Amino acid sequence: MHSFKSDLHIHTVLSPCADLDMSPTNIIDRAKQLGLQCIGITDHNSTLNAKVARKLGEKQDIFVLMGAEVTSKEEAHCLCFFEKEEELDSFQVWLDEKLPKIELDTNIFGYQLVVNEEEEILDEKPYLLISAIDADIEQIYEKVHSLNGLFIPAHINKPANSLISQLGFIPPDIKADAFEISNLSIKNEFIKKNAYLKNYQFLQDSDAHFLSALGSMYCNFVMEERTFEEFRLAIKGIDGRKVETIK
Amino acid sequence: MTVRQLAQELNMNIISGEKGLDNPIEGGYTSDLLSDVMGNSEMGQCWITLQTHKNIMAIASLKEIACIVLVKGLLPNDDTKQQSNEEGIPILSTQKETFEITGEIYSLLKK
Repeated sequence: MHSFKSDLHIHTVLSPCADLDMSPTNIIDRAKQLGLQCIGITDHNSTLNAKVARKLGEKQDIFVLMGAEVTSKEEAHCLCFFEKEEELDSFQVWLDEKLPKIELDTNIFGYQLVVNEEEEILDEKPYLLISAIDADIEQIYEKVHSLNGLFIPAHINKPANSLISQLGFIPPDIKADAFEISNLSIKNEFIKKNAYLKNYQFLQDSDAHFLSALGSMYCNFVMEERTFEEFRLAIKGIDGRKVETIK
Repeated sequence: MTVRQLAQELNMNIISGEKGLDNPIEGGYTSDLLSDVMGNSEMGQCWITLQTHKNIMAIASLKEIACIVLVKGLLPNDDTKQQSNEEGIPILSTQKETFEITGEIYSLLKK
């Protein structure tokens, strides 16, 4: 069994709120410098820079989990990850259907850029990606699970855009594979105050929008190798796999 | 004023929770952040929101809210409606926006 340093919540230049330095190329280079072995690419309501990040990651032995940070109808942020490109593509089609068509004002929100391995701009997405999509939390996890993906509500301890801020508490019948807590809280203290969540798996990530934030928080995934299925086993704590949080 | 009277006065639809139509209303609270409602709403208030998730019923029950008013013609999810019936906490629906219905309820309760 090996321990893999993993930061699974990172935004690229596709997220309007991310710095323009956050190209997949720069993210992979920085991750390499920091000794991160796995990263997650999770732009707001879009997966369109995840595949190029994975290709770039392969060249430097960094495993990339492809996904998105989806904003539910309730305005709760959720990380969604997929193994295969076909699954990711199906999810993207669904996201495009559900995203409201609000024109992006780049002066206010910034740019939403799809780029290639050479950092050339392939597309600028016209509709604001940080809007709430037309699907509630149940519809999102049902969609993600129908595509064999992982569903992880993001930074649930944050006072805005989190499942707890929006819905008061985590719905007891939610089918979450894990929860992410932001570095505002120490995991054990958070669980003490939220005992009803103690049997869940928790992750901590950087939620980086700037290169300097990359790896500022991470987990160690203890597993056999870096594959999607091993991540799933680690999150579920099966067969000796586990996730170790550092804070 | 009771929930029934409020619904009649402001021409709101009664969607569920008929058992609680005689609940007295002692004020109101307007918010869509359930964590905020949990922290700041008071017993006997009517709660004006656009959230339709069943967690609104859990919060309403915990805080002994008199009724929930959904704005902009929104309707509760099925499981939300079911819980409203079980708990006898009515859900009302109005076509009006939050600003307008909050103002109208405020004026009515101030009389």
